[in-house]
Order: sequence, then structure tokens, then C-alpha cells
Amino acid sequence: MINIKINGQPIQAEPGKTILQVAKEHDVHIPSLCYHKDLNPTGNCRMCVVDVKGGRTLQAACVTPVWEGMEIETNTEKVMQDRKLTLELMLANHPQDCLTCDVAGDCELQDLAYEYKAEVPAWGAKGTRYAVDSDPNPFIRVDMNKCILCRRCESACAEIQVRDVWGVSSRGFDSVMVAGAGVPMLEARCESCGQCVAYCPTGALSNKMNYGVARAHQVRKVTTTCSYCGVGCQFDLQVKDNKVIGVHSNPNAPVNGMALCVKGRYGYDYIHHPDRLVKPKVRRYLLEGKQKSDIRETIFDTRKSNIELSNVGSPWAWVETEWDKALDIVAKKVAETRAKFGADSMGFLTSAKCLNEENYLMNKLARQVIGTNNIDHCARL
Amino acid sequence: MSNSMDDVAKYAQAFFIIGSNTTEQHPVFGTMLRRAVRFRGAKLVVADPRKIDITEFATLHLRQKPGTDIALLNGLMYIILEKGWEDKTFIEERTENFDEFKATVMQYPPEKVAEITRVPVEQLYEAAEILASSKPTAVLWAMGITQHIVGVRNVMDLANFQMLLGNMGKPGGGVNPLRGQNNVQGACDMGGLPNVYPAYQPVTSNEVIEKFGKAWGTYERGKKKEESDSFIFHLSSKVGLTVTEMIPGIPEGKIKSLYILGEDPVMSDPDTNHIRHCLESVDFLVLQEIFPSETSAYADVLLPGVSFAEKTGTFTNTERRVQMVRRAVEPPGDAKPDWWITSEIAKRVLFHLSSFDEGKGERRRIDLEAPWAKWDYKDTSAIMDEINALAPSYGGITHARLEAEERLQWPCLTVDHPGTPILHTKQFTRGKGKFMPIDHVPPAERPDDDYPMVMSTGRVLYHWHGGTMTRRSQGIMQVYNEALVEVNPDDALKLGLNGRDRVRITSRRGSIEAKAWVTERVPPGMVYANFHFPEASANELTHASLDPVAKIPEYKITAVKVELA
Repeated sequence: MINIKINGQPIQAEPGKTILQVAKEHDVHIPSLCYHKDLNPTGNCRMCVVDVKGGRTLQAACVTPVWEGMEIETNTEKVMQDRKLTLELMLANHPQDCLTCDVAGDCELQDLAYEYKAEVPAWGAKGTRYAVDSDPNPFIRVDMNKCILCRRCESACAEIQVRDVWGVSSRGFDSVMVAGAGVPMLEARCESCGQCVAYCPTGALSNKMNYGVARAHQVRKVTTTCSYCGVGCQFDLQVKDNKVIGVHSNPNAPVNGMALCVKGRYGYDYIHHPDRLVKPKVRRYLLEGKQKSDIRETIFDTRKSNIELSNVGSPWAWVETEWDKALDIVAKKVAETRAKFGADSMGFLTSAKCLNEENYLMNKLARQVIGTNNIDHCARL
Repeated sequence: MSNSMDDVAKYAQAFFIIGSNTTEQHPVFGTMLRRAVRFRGAKLVVADPRKIDITEFATLHLRQKPGTDIALLNGLMYIILEKGWEDKTFIEERTENFDEFKATVMQYPPEKVAEITRVPVEQLYEAAEILASSKPTAVLWAMGITQHIVGVRNVMDLANFQMLLGNMGKPGGGVNPLRGQNNVQGACDMGGLPNVYPAYQPVTSNEVIEKFGKAWGTYERGKKKEESDSFIFHLSSKVGLTVTEMIPGIPEGKIKSLYILGEDPVMSDPDTNHIRHCLESVDFLVLQEIFPSETSAYADVLLPGVSFAEKTGTFTNTERRVQMVRRAVEPPGDAKPDWWITSEIAKRVLFHLSSFDEGKGERRRIDLEAPWAKWDYKDTSAIMDEINALAPSYGGITHARLEAEERLQWPCLTVDHPGTPILHTKQFTRGKGKFMPIDHVPPAERPDDDYPMVMSTGRVLYHWHGGTMTRRSQGIMQVYNEALVEVNPDDALKLGLNGRDRVRITSRRGSIEAKAWVTERVPPGMVYANFHFPEASANELTHASLDPVAKIPEYKITAVKVELA
């Protein structure tokens, strides 16, 4: 351990850690933009500057390691002025559309501008420099006018997804983030995982599917487990008006942290698809007391079209019923089949998409109620 | 998985991926592996006929001929033994049957293996050296290993491989099958299998039958008090049918009715035409689903269940980690949670069965006094209480603990048990690990003059299985909206594809037309197709040749012919 001072307070710090890390551990607030704890620090935004005694200039806390005897001031007038100027330089080149911006309220630049009372300078750039919503990727909305060149997207793609889609093109004021060599993201081999969006501190990269639908303070978050593959990623469903409108990374997710894949992050809209089954349905013949054996030849006659079969009058047409009716039909048929042909004449396919608790009940239904071990699911398929 | 994902990603010195398209099928774990390779310098050997995405990160890619995994593994183990790279202490202390196993492996010298697998001898030596010198090596696989008539033997040979190198029971090592579906691990754990009760308690064991008989009240008591230990249990001790036996069992008269929860056999089972024929002949089919599917055309009753966003409970991931699923929105319309529907059916069936006293069927008596006989669950937490009581490895996994953000991997025997991230650290379930002598067996359907090419099947990054969910996701359909069949440029040239892009692929059972993706991902002579789209589903072509033990179909090898469409 080494001895340092932050704002006059003596602190024991672990050698090798950065000023920002040590300050965080001791609840000393240093603002940052390009820094994110998951990513390698790049020190390029200069928001985290601090005054180190003996230093020629202010130092970026995210990339400066602590040393024995180091004395750091985090909030002197000079430091505060410098950070404010940094913010003003960013705002001078940033659209003033917080009123309509999708990420207002969930924007690190906005929060810092508020904290530092940074105004848009009169000498700022006028008008937009890049096309808004410039990339055809169906999930990710790109608006480089809002980019502050923190390069978190580049780091997230390289260090989390390890796909290297993002990079910087040009120099100086013309610097801009590009996918590949300035091509659409998918052409730059983007996997649409949305990691860049999750780490973007502004509205430069946002989610296209729910653009303009809700802001951060208007949604309820529900932490849950993904319904696609066996990795078991967790994330926060964004809920507004009884609708899942998005999926956000939850940094505390045990398996995946902030990482998600395209299906987990963007494949959620099936939940509210109009095709969803909303009423129990039974075939008409069941309501008319007929036997399937009497009508089988007609219904599976391939010469008949589906439309004809689903005609209201057809014995094979679906009829919506109440739960009671449908459940009674099922229970009676199941009991009859068991009585007539024995327990092993029945098969149960449970579901690898359903809950543990539901799978347990299917096992109990087959074994306790019916008395058969004819139960399986798609593990083999 | 014997180990956890973060464990292998952090500690493995080398990965051996065989039969897993990790970055497309387990994408987030795939990125963990890419990170390990790029930032930690872990070695990666991929054995796969296809040039899948993760091969970009591979130290070495072995492109074995489809269906020659055993020869490949035995060949690598031959070299390991030849060079004396095996872990002699581990073999001595933790395993048995080594000599018999070694005698078999010695039948696989590199030259012979190169001939069977088409992997050059130098690559075999290189792979063996990387995998044996990196301690530990983690083996990862998925359906590319299991969906063969030798699926079980493939897995056993991988277990041999890891025992030979002493990579079992260690951080960063282990045998790590990646489970496909979000809760396929849980469905197995919960007794959704024909041979075991929850937590893998065998249906053939008298003790197990007595345990569940007493818990569920499925017994008749002795008539007198003093005879109370003479229970007659009405639980079947006969191993049931697998899905690949049940549906084909319909036309044979074995199965009269089916209750299907959230599954679409018309899309996901082999040989679709035959599946359709079977489902046409079933007496009664109840389908519980969130969408109408290809299978619902054959259903007699369609019950609206709910999606993961509309119910609370648990899923178990590929590393045995049990995690909460939480209700975020109300179900649409009259849709109900699946646990509620199943409970209602159970209650009503029990009522009807009790009135079939004099029928031909055996009378079903349930003693409602038994501790877990009833079906009046108020929520899934109450169901979990019953699981805790009856499934030992889930003994301590309660909703309360999960809600308190405890991270639990089974086995977790009691409420103060911390769970088990790595299995087999001290000993194997059976005590000593048994080496199994495994010989190469060629696949069931081999290319011939009529069907000269090999088709393998699987999923793609953007879609999920039968596509019921992802085909209803707008953005995903913008990126990937029709089935693409991977065709090697050499084959495209031979076919005269020449700018046209439709191909017809025909097997002995069916034919599909799809768009060709001309790519070197597949070697010459092989095509790769998916089953996400009903209009061009690979399962129209696949066949139901099964592994004799696991009854898993050989999806990975179908003989086909490819023509211009």
C-alpha cells in the first residue's frame, strides 16, 4: 500500500490503481465520460482531469496511476473551469435537441452539463454535420451529430464483443466514428449485439425499435432471464403501459454483465405480436360430440384448402371457448383415453422454453395423475 | 457443463471446441471465448467441417469429414499416448479400465486417422500438442457431437480425452456441453425425460417409486393399521418413450393422445413428412402455445399459454445456474401461465379418473393426505417448495434465496448450501472415472450416386429453432428473412449456379427449394441448411436414424442431391 492525499485527506491506496479508481473507492466524485469500468481507459475526453501537485498540467484521473506521496485536488477552481470548458467544447458541436432526444434523462453528457452549468457557447457550430439515423441497421440508430468521440463504442466492440466494427475516421474537427471503412454497420460485419449502444453515453447510438416510444423515467424495469439460448443472460425489460418496449443491459447480470446478443437485446417484439393466442380454441367436432375418426378423412384430405377447412361450418374449424369448456374437453378426453387404452397410450411433451416449475408439473401430471413415463421434450432435437 | 462459463473463460489455457458453433448459438459465451483468446492468449483448437465464425480466432482449425469425430479423438489420444503426454497420476488415482481403452486407441495411428477424417497428419500432431501441453484444456461441444447415431459414444470419447489429460474437476477444464434452449437443462432436471424423475432419480428404482408414491399419494394403504407399510404404489416403473419414439409411435397404435407444451415437432423433428403423417393419425392432440405453429394445424385443442415476460419462476442455464424469470407485463387476452393451465388439467383429469371406477382402465386413487399430492398451487414459488422437497440437487434453491440475489448452481442440497460451480472435483458420481473403449462407426446415411452430397443442419445467429418467435421479430426479419443454404463455390461452379441463387435440395424423404449462399464456410461436397422457415425447412430432408441409447436423431448427416431450382 502507498500513501496519497486526495483533497488533503490521507488515503492508503493500492499501487497500480488509477486516481479515478482510488477516488471511487473512497467516495470522492470525479466526473468522467469516456471512462467505463468495463473498458480499458483511453483518457481522451478530459472530463476527469484533476490537479496533481507538481504536475505541469492537469492530469486525466482515469489513466494516471497513483504513486507514493501523490497529492491530488479534485475540485479546485482551475479543475472546475477546465472541465466546464471541455463540456462547452462538446456542446458547441452537439445538437441542442434535448427536448426531443430519445435518451434525454439517460444521457451522461446532459447530466454533466447540468452539474457544471455548462451553456452552449455562442461560437458553437451551426446545423448538423451528419445525416441523422444514418445507418440501415434495423436495431441501432446512428446519429453522429450527437457523438462526443469518447470512443466507448469502439472499445465495447473490440473488448466486449471482440468484433472491431467501430473506428475513428479523419482528423481533428472532422474526426468521426465509422463502421469498418465507412460502410453500413452490417457490411462491417456488425453482429447487431448492441453493446455499442449500451455503452454510448449520449444519443449518438440508440435503439431504433423503441425510438420515440419512452424515456428512461417513463419506463419500469423488470430484471429477468432471456428466453433464447442456454447461456442464461439476464437483462432489464423496459416496460411502459403494460408493454415490453425494450431490453437494456443490467450490469449486475451474473453470467453476461452488460453483454447481450442480437436475439436477447432486440428479438423481444414477438411478445406483443398480433398472432399471439388469446383465447382457448377447440375444433368444432368436439363441441358437436362427434368422433375424430368419423371426420379424419375429410380434414386431412390434401385436396381441400385450409380456407375451406377453417370455414365456420367445418367440423375442423376452430371455435373459441371459455377456459372452463376447453379444460373440461381436454380432461374428459384424457381420462377416456386412459380408461380405454391405458396410461402408456398417452404422451407428454414438456418444454425447454418453459419454467422449471412448469416442467415439474408436466412430470407430475404424466407420472402421478396418468401413471406413465411417456414424457420428454426437445433436448434431443 | 461440469464447469462454469466464466471459469473456463478465465482459467482454460486452451479450448477445444468440437461440434459447437459457439459464437452463433451461444453468442455471449462465444464473446467470452474470443476475449480469452485475444486478451489472455488462450489457445483455441476448433474441430468442425464448417469454417464457422469462431475459427477466425482459432490457433488451429481441423476440418474433419462429417461423422468421423471418434476417429479424430482416438487419433489425438494415440499421439498423446505415443508422446507420453497423458496425466499418469490422474489416470492412476481417479480412473479405471485404462488398459482396455488404450488397446482400442492404439488401433488409431495418425495415418489411418488422416485417411478416415481427411485431417492431415501434421495437423493431428499439432492439435495433440496444443491440447496436451495447455493445462488445463476445456472441451466444449454442442449438437455437432450429439446429433449422430454415435452421439453417446462421441461424448464418452470426449470424457476419455479429458480423463487422459487429467482435465476433470479443475478450474478451466472439464467436459462442457453447451445446452441449446434457455431451459433445456431445467426441463431435464425437472423430470421431463422418460427414464428419470426430477433430479435424475430413475423410474426403475423401487426406492424412488416409493418416495414419489408417498409424496404424491399414489398408493393404496394396507387394509389394517398394522399393514400400513404394505403400500401398493401406482407409479410406472417402465421407462417411457422419447419424443423420437412417441410421435412415430402414433401410427403404430402405441400413442393415442399427446399433450404438447411449447414445442413445434413439425419444424423441429426429423423427416417432416412422416411427422405430419403421424400427427394426422393421433386421436387427440392438445397443444399449449403462445402462437399458432406448424403443429397447430394438427391440434384438436389449442390452449393459450404465456411468454417469459408474463410469468414468474425459474430457468436453469447450461452451467446449472438457476435464475429468476419475472413477470413484467399482463398476459394478452385470456392467455394464462402454463403452470396454471397444467394444474387445472390435472385437477380435472383426477376428478374424471376417480369416476372411472368400473372402466377398463386402472382406477386412479390419489391420497390427498399425502404431503405433495394436491394441485392447488397459488404461485410458482409453492411449486418450487415441492421441488425442494423431492429433487435433492434443488433442495436448497428457493425463490426467496434467488430474490435475495444469491447465485446458485445445482447441486445445492440445503438452504445453507452455497451451490456447486464445478462438478467432480474430488470424485466422479460413480466413484472412479471409467475409460470406455470407443470405436469409429460410420454414419447411418452416406452419400451415394443418387444423393452424392452431405447436408448438415443447425441454426443461424439471427433465428431461433423453428422460428416461431424470431420470424415474428421485425428487425430480425429485416436482416435474415429467408432460409439460406450454404454451398461451397466449387459445388456452385459444378452446378452452374452462375449468378442464379435458387437451389433444390432433395433427400430420400423430401425436397426443399431455397436461396444458396455461396461460401467457403462449407467444404466441397457439403451443404448446410437451417429449419427456421417452414417453406424451406431442412427437416423435410432429415432422417430419423437414432443413437441407440440417447435416441437422438442424426441431424448432422443426411445424403442429398443439389440441383438448380
